[in-house]
Amino acid sequence: MSVIEHADDLPAWAALAVSFFLVVGAGLTLIGTIGFARLPSFYERIHAPTLGTSWGTGGIVMASMIFFTVLATRPVVHEILIGIFVTVTTPVTLMLLARAALHRDRAEGNPEVPAEAPLTREAEGQPAAGE
Amino acid sequence: MLPYPLLSASLVIMWLALNGFTLGHLILGCIVSVFASWGMAALRPVKPHLPKWYLLPKLIGIVLYDILRSNLAVASILITGGRRKHKSGFITVPLDLENPTALAVLAVVITSTPGTAWLEYNSLSKTVLIHVLDLVDEAEWQVLIKTRYEALLMEIFK
Repeated sequence: MSVIEHADDLPAWAALAVSFFLVVGAGLTLIGTIGFARLPSFYERIHAPTLGTSWGTGGIVMASMIFFTVLATRPVVHEILIGIFVTVTTPVTLMLLARAALHRDRAEGNPEVPAEAPLTREAEGQPAAGE
Repeated sequence: MLPYPLLSASLVIMWLALNGFTLGHLILGCIVSVFASWGMAALRPVKPHLPKWYLLPKLIGIVLYDILRSNLAVASILITGGRRKHKSGFITVPLDLENPTALAVLAVVITSTPGTAWLEYNSLSKTVLIHVLDLVDEAEWQVLIKTRYEALLMEIFK
């Protein structure tokens, strides 16, 4: 007995809300992927998929929460966990990719990338008083 | 046996919530949580001290609102594409935060917000390199990050 067979039981307002969040989430993800393909430089491209990992996921998760809450088939733990895990793990991949790109650009002497911060404390940076 | 009882308990609860409550899954979840907490102990994480944990919902609210706003901003940049020229660039933000957990939270916040990406943190000069998709004024971004997120994080993780 699948849940989708009960989708007829969904009241109209809930169906509207579910569709709204689904379209918003899927739309943002789609725009993100289009931007991913179209933006010119690597550092600009890393911004585009974050649409999908933030409110793109958020919208779809929200739709799922409303659907299963209204049909009262199960508690909405899954969606919250998905949201947390996607949010917390995105920066790991992003930072790995970005730092690899930075390293390569610096090694190649690309002038558009800022140089590595100096390894010694700058003269203007006073040693913190509380240390 | 259980170096992080709270972590183990939440792992078991999560396991049962995701897989449904059966005796088999209870046993499997307990085994997983015990090994996971040993793994966590092997990492020797610094115990975060949160005297003002009640400010966390405020931070989450601010961040969710900002993520929503920048989603719309970045989506409009991507849709209008070449017509409206945007200028992206790198900014360096000096930070006063030193707590590793607070820095991790800040990195998640900056990265989850579309349009800004946390690239690298230099613990010696205490600066972070951030790439901004629509960079108009560098000073404005520095003030935004310092006042909107860092000040609150400093208070939470004092």
